[in-house]
Amino acid sequence: MNTLHSTSRRDFLRTTLAGAALLPTRGATGLIAAEEKGTLRAESRVVIARDALLRGAGSAPGSSVDSRRMLALLDRAVQALFDRDRPLEAWRKLVRPGERVGLKVNTLGGRGISTNPQLVEAICERLQEAGIGAADIVVWDRSSDELERAGFHVAMGGNRVQCFGTDQVDYEQELATYGSVGSRVSKILTQRSNVLINVPVLKDHDGAGVTISLKNMYGVIHNPNKYHPNGCDPYIADLNMLPEIRTRMRLTICDATTAMYEGGPAYKPEHSWQANALIVSEDPVALDSTGWQIIERKRAEHGLKTLEADGRAPRYIATAADAQHLVGTNDPARIKTIEI
Amino acid sequence: MYRELNGQGAMSLGFPGERSRSFCSFDRRSFLKCALASGAALGMGEVAEPAAAAAAWTGQQSPDDARFVAEARFYEKLENRKIKCKLCPRECKVGDRERGYCGVRENRGGTYYTLVHSRVCAAHVDPIEKKPLFHYLPGTVAFSLATAGCNVNCKFCQNWDISQSRPEQIPADYAPPQRVVELAKQYDCPTIAYTYSEPVVFSEFLMDTADAGHAAGIRSIVVSNGYIQEEPLKAAYGKMDAVKIDLKAFTESYYQKVVNGELKPVLDSLVRLKKMGKWTEIVYLTVPTLNDGEAEIRGLAQWVKANLGADVPLHFTQFHPEYLLKNLPITPVETLERAKAIADAEGLHYVYIGNVPGHPAQNTYCPQCKRLLVERVGFTASKMLIRNSCCPFCRHPIPGVWHA
Ligand code: SF4
Repeated sequence: MNTLHSTSRRDFLRTTLAGAALLPTRGATGLIAAEEKGTLRAESRVVIARDALLRGAGSAPGSSVDSRRMLALLDRAVQALFDRDRPLEAWRKLVRPGERVGLKVNTLGGRGISTNPQLVEAICERLQEAGIGAADIVVWDRSSDELERAGFHVAMGGNRVQCFGTDQVDYEQELATYGSVGSRVSKILTQRSNVLINVPVLKDHDGAGVTISLKNMYGVIHNPNKYHPNGCDPYIADLNMLPEIRTRMRLTICDATTAMYEGGPAYKPEHSWQANALIVSEDPVALDSTGWQIIERKRAEHGLKTLEADGRAPRYIATAADAQHLVGTNDPARIKTIEI
Repeated sequence: MYRELNGQGAMSLGFPGERSRSFCSFDRRSFLKCALASGAALGMGEVAEPAAAAAAWTGQQSPDDARFVAEARFYEKLENRKIKCKLCPRECKVGDRERGYCGVRENRGGTYYTLVHSRVCAAHVDPIEKKPLFHYLPGTVAFSLATAGCNVNCKFCQNWDISQSRPEQIPADYAPPQRVVELAKQYDCPTIAYTYSEPVVFSEFLMDTADAGHAAGIRSIVVSNGYIQEEPLKAAYGKMDAVKIDLKAFTESYYQKVVNGELKPVLDSLVRLKKMGKWTEIVYLTVPTLNDGEAEIRGLAQWVKANLGADVPLHFTQFHPEYLLKNLPITPVETLERAKAIADAEGLHYVYIGNVPGHPAQNTYCPQCKRLLVERVGFTASKMLIRNSCCPFCRHPIPGVWHA
């Protein structure tokens, strides 16, 4: 099994190499082709999978999650999403052997509120079982430093899961444009992956309202600072329309093991809670609509104003769903929420 | 991953407009070649990029190099370790570990920092006419420099690769104020020009360099969008000896849609500069169909005359398709001539046409006797007849700073 969390570099190398050796490469025979993205689905499924014992019984706040329980939680979530009895069947619906998969994590918030390495490790394990070569998986964000600060080990080269920031390879020289957006896109996305699995976190954002799936794409481009005015609207929606992103996006696995209802995007322990959950969907708009409501409920519990009343409702979610974008749906009637 | 700015690289002159060209061309593709070449040119053990390190360059530099980080001068601390930037009218509220819109200022634990002090990503010796400043020390050259970043995002930007990048995304040189002054002297530049990207966002570096320059007898000029608050304008541009403002249009809608900024604060800056007694020239990049309407040009000319006076030089310059505005043609020369005719008719005395080599409207004529006073070929003043700031033929005073 691949480990990406900080044990030691030597352990990491040993386990990644061992993992690669143990997982045979699968041929294409009998595989179910992954569905191509087309027009909007009739219904978008959003799975919220919880495990109150993710950190062990009676664990202290801030304690790390149990890797085995995390893998089991991921399996339950993905199986429920694809309606499959076994995890491998679900993952084979998603990826084909030979594909190159990028896992875009979110590490801006340091160890407090970043994508959990144990979750990424679990995803990597299942991807390899589904026939993706270890070296064909890249875990990435803007910079290697940020990845390390969040507990990942940077790994480049060799037959192991790759893990590094765009700062190691730069952005494309050419601009990618859509609507209000003109940006250089990370070469990790364009040159190292043909499948994108978005692995964001669930948190409040002082400008955008919330940052979950759609906004995590700010970490893909060279100039995110240009897209914060007006609550990031329509920038986030336009950004998610870039072909470089849209044609690769297959799945979002939101890490809500720790979430934040106020004070984001930097980590504020006083405004965080251990939700011990994963939220999974093929539709990032439906997922963000669902995540927004989770944050609103938590704000209400703490006596805080709604984001609307606070002047920062995440309007970009509706823009991403509108007729010019159709990135997904925010219509509650078309979102099927499955809580397990 | 930085070189000291060594001043040994090749210079190139005569590019249209204020497009940035660095000593060693610092664009990403040629950076490696350049780094190696400059290493060879140094040869004296000066701090240059070792070949191995240059070869390992991957496209980004550390944002954390302490040499480039200095506390910002214009901001307010807010609760929860947030800050409000008071440098430009955008007034970004920036949370901990976040950056403002310009991408070169970062909140670290509730203190706001500039990341571009002494972080020069483009440096070049340019004729002052290239800025363009036509009434300020004609025929001289300016040691011209930029850092990364900009507080707007013009869809036609010629220098978007530096202005719309974060500092760590482009190669830069460590060039503290004293080093800039030495280089300006070395290249016989009577002025240092802050230009190419947007000097508002590197105000601290600009102020320190202007002070160092003045102490050594070198003047400072700035090429700016004028999108800056009053206090920093007075503090930073108060140290400038001449100012060129890019007035991008005369409508708020253009500023909103094409510039991502606002018109009103820029007009306010122009009026303040006038009150401060700064020699100021205005450039109006004339973009076909977007800001070239007759009513708009007339309104602009009337506003300039009423608020700044008839003697402020106004340059109508030719647009070239760039960056995010590639679907429009080059501005027809007739459009520029029409704009000039309108401004002339409104009573402005010094209306120029720019970016059109050889056009007679790039020369200066006496508004009284109409005789040719300064003839310009390319970016050089080939003939300069003004004496004691007057027309030598009719003695009419010609405003500007004509001699050092
Ligand atoms: S200078 Fe930069 S950080 Fe400050 S208000 Fe302007 S854009 Fe924002």
